[in-house]
Amino acid sequence: MSAFRIKRNVYDSIRAHGEETYPHECCGALLGESTPNGWRVTEAMRAGNTRTDSAHNRYSIAPLELVRIEREARRQGLEIAGFYHSHPDHPAQWSATDFAEAHWLGCSYVITEVAQGKAVVTNSFLLTGSTEEEKQFVQESIQLEE
Amino acid sequence: MNIFIPTPLRPYAEGKDAVEVNAATIAEALDGLTKTYPGLRKHLFTEEGKLRAFVNLYFNDEDVRYLADKEQTAVSASDTLSIIPSIAGGVAVE
Repeated sequence: MSAFRIKRNVYDSIRAHGEETYPHECCGALLGESTPNGWRVTEAMRAGNTRTDSAHNRYSIAPLELVRIEREARRQGLEIAGFYHSHPDHPAQWSATDFAEAHWLGCSYVITEVAQGKAVVTNSFLLTGSTEEEKQFVQESIQLEE
Repeated sequence: MNIFIPTPLRPYAEGKDAVEVNAATIAEALDGLTKTYPGLRKHLFTEEGKLRAFVNLYFNDEDVRYLADKEQTAVSASDTLSIIPSIAGGVAVE
């Protein structure tokens, strides 16, 4: 299993985000640097969930917000390493929708189960494959760094 | 103009996060980009040559889909084009 390294305070902040938006899904971007051993995430940027019509079980980040997040990442010399969202009262496993809508190959998708308002399990899945047709989610171990 | 390459497509552009191209329109800029880096083409366009549905193009802060002239919009050297794959998901299955 490959490793996904993330600073502890960033990890805590994305879990807290899921608790704050409960019973709705939260979402945001993860910024960091690419290393030979995988991503090392040093910052998270919260994003608004545009799916106000179905925010308890869907999320979407406005492309313009992504453009701005990428500009900010570039300004800081970081890359978009992946994205996070929460599953209110559902397991921290990717859904068919998560898979169908995942297009950032080589990036990590972090999902937190928020049960009754409390962040429980957080898992990370690397979107592998070199094309849209052969993409796969592969679970990776989360390593917290101080 | 400068074209910003998203993380997943950088391996197909020699690892670059931005590529400078000389072009008169957005379409020309994309053409120039994919001529220089042919490996990008299948990630951006379908076999029929249409932009893939999940790929968003932003001309400065504007969605190219909603520009009056779309890909035929004239560009200058100081403009930027951002390629941004969409981000969405959730528990629900549609």
